[in-house]
Amino acid sequence: MTLRRVMIALLAAIVIAAPAAGTVSAQAKEMFVPSTVYRTGPYAPSGTPFANGLWDYLTMLNERDGGINGVRLVVEECETQYDTKQGVECYERLKGKNGGAMVFNPLSTGITYQLIPKAAVDKIVVHSMGYGMTAASDGRWFPWVFTFPTTYWSQASSVIRYIGQQEGGLDKLKGKKIVHIYHNSPYGKEANPTLEELSHKYGFELTLLAVDHPGQEQKATWLQVRRINPAWVYMSGWGVMNQVAVKEAAAINFPMDHFIGNWWSASEADVIPAGDGAKGYKGATFHAPGTNFKVHADIVKFVYDRGKNIGPKDKIGEALYNRGVVNAMYMTEAFRTAMAKYGNKPLTTEQVRWGYEHLNLTEARLDQIGLKGFTHPVKVTCEDHEGSGPVLIQQWDGKKWNVVSDWIQPMREVVRPKLEAAAVEEGKKLGYTMRDCSKEN
Amino acid sequence: MIYREAGQFKSTYASDQALFPIRQDRVVVGLAVAAAVIAVPLVADEYWLQAVLIPFLIYALAALGLNLLTGYAGQVSLGTGGFMAVGGYAAFKLTSAFPGMNVLVAFLLAGLVTALVGLVFGLPSLRIKGFYLAVATLAAQFFLLWLFNKVAWFTDYASSGTITAPPRTVASIMVTGPAATAPVRYLTALAFVALFALVAKNLVRGRVGRSWMAIRDRDIAAEIIGVRPLRTKLLAFAISSFFCGVAGAEYVFLYLGSAETQAFDINVSFLVLFMVIIGGLGSILGSFLGAAFIVMVPIFLTNVPHLLGLAMPVALQKQIELMVFGGLIIAFLIVEPHGLARLWQIAKEKLRLWPFPY
Amino acid sequence: MLELLYGVLVGPVKDMASSPTFLAEVVIGGLAAGLMYSLVALGFVLIYKASGVFNFAQGVMVLFAALTLVGLMERGAPLVLALLVTMAVMGALAFAIERVVLRPLVNQEQIILFMATIGLNFFLEGFGELVWGSNVKKLDVGIPDSSFVVWGVQVNRLELTAAITAAVLVAAMAVFFQRTRIGRALRAVADDHEAALSIGIPLNTIWVVVWSAAGLVAIVAGIMWGAKSGVQFSLSLIALKALPVLILGGFTSVPGAIVGGLIIGVGEKIAEVYWGPLVGGAIENWFAYVLALAFLLFRPQGLFGERIIERV
Repeated sequence: MTLRRVMIALLAAIVIAAPAAGTVSAQAKEMFVPSTVYRTGPYAPSGTPFANGLWDYLTMLNERDGGINGVRLVVEECETQYDTKQGVECYERLKGKNGGAMVFNPLSTGITYQLIPKAAVDKIVVHSMGYGMTAASDGRWFPWVFTFPTTYWSQASSVIRYIGQQEGGLDKLKGKKIVHIYHNSPYGKEANPTLEELSHKYGFELTLLAVDHPGQEQKATWLQVRRINPAWVYMSGWGVMNQVAVKEAAAINFPMDHFIGNWWSASEADVIPAGDGAKGYKGATFHAPGTNFKVHADIVKFVYDRGKNIGPKDKIGEALYNRGVVNAMYMTEAFRTAMAKYGNKPLTTEQVRWGYEHLNLTEARLDQIGLKGFTHPVKVTCEDHEGSGPVLIQQWDGKKWNVVSDWIQPMREVVRPKLEAAAVEEGKKLGYTMRDCSKEN
Repeated sequence: MIYREAGQFKSTYASDQALFPIRQDRVVVGLAVAAAVIAVPLVADEYWLQAVLIPFLIYALAALGLNLLTGYAGQVSLGTGGFMAVGGYAAFKLTSAFPGMNVLVAFLLAGLVTALVGLVFGLPSLRIKGFYLAVATLAAQFFLLWLFNKVAWFTDYASSGTITAPPRTVASIMVTGPAATAPVRYLTALAFVALFALVAKNLVRGRVGRSWMAIRDRDIAAEIIGVRPLRTKLLAFAISSFFCGVAGAEYVFLYLGSAETQAFDINVSFLVLFMVIIGGLGSILGSFLGAAFIVMVPIFLTNVPHLLGLAMPVALQKQIELMVFGGLIIAFLIVEPHGLARLWQIAKEKLRLWPFPY
Repeated sequence: MLELLYGVLVGPVKDMASSPTFLAEVVIGGLAAGLMYSLVALGFVLIYKASGVFNFAQGVMVLFAALTLVGLMERGAPLVLALLVTMAVMGALAFAIERVVLRPLVNQEQIILFMATIGLNFFLEGFGELVWGSNVKKLDVGIPDSSFVVWGVQVNRLELTAAITAAVLVAAMAVFFQRTRIGRALRAVADDHEAALSIGIPLNTIWVVVWSAAGLVAIVAGIMWGAKSGVQFSLSLIALKALPVLILGGFTSVPGAIVGGLIIGVGEKIAEVYWGPLVGGAIENWFAYVLALAFLLFRPQGLFGERIIERV
């Protein structure tokens, strides 16, 4: 009987007290950055290092420099479990908090699609770094959405260029078989149109194999790969699909150095279950792995030694950790760019948008901030929110990732026209009009 | 003392058969509706509306549909996600093919399309019963999502592979699209769910509902007394799918704004089934209570640490939230296995005697 | 039209005939995958057979068992010790479940018990992640995931081991149910709780035994699947792949779980490899369910399930 009364009282409490989202007044010299993360749920092995990297970089700036030009960054994490509904809930709860969110990194293609229309209405920058809607890279249609340093379509073209390099020239691709194994979702299918166009252009035989979510069982797919016996396999996978794919490839004795995963399929979590079988597996990326950078030394000194970290120290420098670092770095450099024009004080979201749109990250600047050689210089413009960046190829040696190529440029002449056409389509669907970049500052 | 019906006499059959025969009931419901329509949009902030109330209303509609099928007609179905997807995609195709169509009409037509699809996938129910039918409806769930993923026609050949709710107005107020304000979308969802709840309540009180309940309780005996199982079961599937289809259209147009098939995956099916079971099978009010429970408890649990001023790492918070949520479900089922609606019923009966104990 | 029919009916069959070794590989791969599904389905069958509960939490139990095993091994325990401790943990879990969830809900409807296992599912999800963390863990039980070639057909060592283990487990279960006293008691309880109680069968003990047995099966399934994909959250999703096996074989039949698994495994793979390319691939998931549905239309309680005799 008492249990019944307790439950009824609890129910009443929930109904009355439910979502009383606390509000904190904006402090004088602070900017609020929400961090959507997935530290639990099916994608936690990928989400946790990213979240740690982002947190560590921003905390390091707060601790070492007192913020950006004296303005502290307030970072608050919100768990989405990579679920769209929870992502929307995080966005709505945090967008107005602490004086307003400066920028949103959705970290999920599904959540990005929700936020793209809202970004223009709520006037908050959405930075979907290397994921999300590729068409949004056309800043004339999507002023509030940024996808730099590169997108899936550019990546696909870069990977084909790399394969061409390995085969002795793009003309040598004629007649060769390339298989694209992809996650059966809009994310996985992103690279397909580009790959198909390139297969017509260079004459290689492209086979597209879809793996149904979640991809726990891929026997049929890899049997087909064995039958086709391709020269190269490219994978756009996510979550457990990656681990199983790497294992299956090793199990059928596929030459791992001819197996390239995209930048969400090439992290430590993806190769651990396969053990030694994963040696030689390659992946695309747009930043270097490892800890040989001054920034990492500073992170250890100012964050870990002061106990302000969330993650473990031995995971610094992992592929996805560094991705979090590069995400945070782009964010803070964009803030700095805006502050250079508008002054060293907490910015408005319009100013942040200007900062993102005029970001010009040079080699010299990267060296200054302690990330020499970490990533490629990026220049964002009004039309080009992608930066049309190149990729690196990294390879797993059993213990860590090593960069095995130079920066490989995408085939802009193939990608950009398709991108612009897609942007017109998507922009019109949302009722937007194209801005005229020449009229803006 | 307050809730007694002594002194309320009915002089016509109509008044006797009214939905809320007791005056106190009418007053309370009237106040609740007024609060929902007038007070809430004025008082609630955007977070409340966008992240709590609108999904609650949409899930309540879907739970209503599933309750008709599972609670009243006894056919367990796990295809709700798939049917909502049909509604969402049908509404998208209709609004893109007929830009001049009133978007509310598009929702209803999408519901009709879903009803037809539900009819087809309900055919196995004539032969298969119980949990076997539940797992068989999963075939519908997976097949429909695969179809929407594979056939580019459904997304109008979009390069992104997602469907986006276009901006549409009704009586020159923006109802869907990024510019539609949360109160407008909330009121639209509220109107739909109130209308459909009324329809459902009358359905289950009438001949159709009674034939469903007969099939649920003793289907062979029902067949003997003349309830035709084919028609009854298919009707249940059709009407339930209609509700789920409209809910799916609202899900895309009023809540998410943009959706891929992952938004309708198996978790949605399970979630709606949980709402129906926790709320109370075979109860219209139960659908609402269950939806409220499933939508609000996780949000409440997410916000509790903020309220108490604790600063817990988000991962720990989420894990404890899951544990507490699971524990709460088990505790509620132990307390009242027939769901929250039964709890409410017991409360009302106690109220009639109050302040006397018996 | 004729082309379409040719493409659907004749083309794939010609494809199959043109390279029989590949067909053999597909079939063997399907059999192996099917047996892996059966391992998971077995847990469901055990619990349903003995307590009438459809245990939604079986997938999470597989994950929890694998997490515990790997967690202990990571902390330095040798495989055998870790295995024993994990078995003890699953036994304790079974005891706790019986006490907290099943006992208060005795005699409730099936769907209420189903919902209770859903609550259990959420609880174990959160608890497992809380205790063991959410990283991917490598599970090494000493069986290499490499292949060898036999008569031109590639066979995978890990899958062979899984297949043999599944076969042994099923045989053991079958003997247990048919020949031992406890097995008979379990069957009695599955038939009618009250009648079993009235002849003196201790319901609570039986339930603890059954859930522990299901826990044991979960450990084995967790090892096999965890060795294939690393131990992580997605392991709990394989329960969805085991459901078609359950409905094809029947909820209450142990041999049904195996036969169902084999049929679903082979059917799935053949459909995906030969018919999949016609429609763009990834048809495995729904094809398994449609296949099970097709069988159900002829035998509404599954191939080996108990025929429910309906009376007015």
